[in-house]
Amino acid sequence: MMNQENIENILGDKASYERAEVVKIINDVLEKVKVDDRNSAHGSNSEIVAELTNLKSVIEETKDEVARLGATDINSTHIPTATDELDAVVGATEVATGTIMDACEAIQTLSSGLSEKEIVSNIQDQVTKVYEACSFQDITGQRISKVVSTLKEIDDKVRHILKMLGHEVSKDAVRREKSVDINDKDSLLNGPQMPDSTPTQEDIDKLLADFD
Amino acid sequence: MSVDMNMNVLIVDDYKTMLRIIGNLLNQIGFKNVDEATDGSMAINLLKNKDYGMVISDWNMEPMTGIDLLKHVRATEDQNQNVPFIMVTAESKTENVIAAKQAGVNNYIVKPFNANTLKGKIASVLGDF
Repeated sequence: MMNQENIENILGDKASYERAEVVKIINDVLEKVKVDDRNSAHGSNSEIVAELTNLKSVIEETKDEVARLGATDINSTHIPTATDELDAVVGATEVATGTIMDACEAIQTLSSGLSEKEIVSNIQDQVTKVYEACSFQDITGQRISKVVSTLKEIDDKVRHILKMLGHEVSKDAVRREKSVDINDKDSLLNGPQMPDSTPTQEDIDKLLADFD
Repeated sequence: MSVDMNMNVLIVDDYKTMLRIIGNLLNQIGFKNVDEATDGSMAINLLKNKDYGMVISDWNMEPMTGIDLLKHVRATEDQNQNVPFIMVTAESKTENVIAAKQAGVNNYIVKPFNANTLKGKIASVLGDF
């Protein structure tokens, strides 16, 4: 009969195993139990054999389900696509902002030696450039929408995997806020807050005034 | 006493666009000598060699953050140790403001901001123009 000591002898000191290793260990245990059973003068190990066979089936089914989910797509496709799209957004917004600022600077420094007609014409040219540059919002908006749908797909796949492993996460689960500590400089780097939770300049001013 | 528009002003931000925006706004206000640094170490080198009347810095930069730069400035005994320091940042949590104040910041502007906010905060630190 297998006891905890036997199991630990088989498993050794390893903390974690690849799925294939686990299946191999179960097969080895099954073989050992079957041999013990055949040689045993007392009772039968058929119950243990049944349990182990079930366990093996569960692992094989999980393996197949994970394969069907295409979880490897997360690394091979989804994440690279999302990061490429976001890089493109950063590049496009930088170029557009540069164009808009060039136009603003040109308007700001219009020569006073020019006639009124020439100044008006120059301003119109620069304003046209500003309009043209603002078209970045359309393209970057589409790219960001693609990233959002990719992230939703990843979220669904991770949720399915967790569910199969017995850790179901509700879609309505409360999002955990990262804790912030004024003495931990890494925790203070959070970037822009979402619009509904951003303190206003007035809030900051009041807070600073409390120190005076 | 009116503000000396010829004073040296240092702006620090790893986004060149933001340097350009703040630089242009400072020029509009009337500041004539504006230096730019794209990271903390570049800022420290400039601060070593020149007397500045004001520093305007972003917080979220790598490898040296704006608060690291502020702490470095306040801890370095030179001509810029007590330079007025304004943090311009998207980091707007209460803890950030408290940490910045404790490190010796003179004012704190939340991004996105407009020209009036920048002008008002500079006036509150340096005095009226």
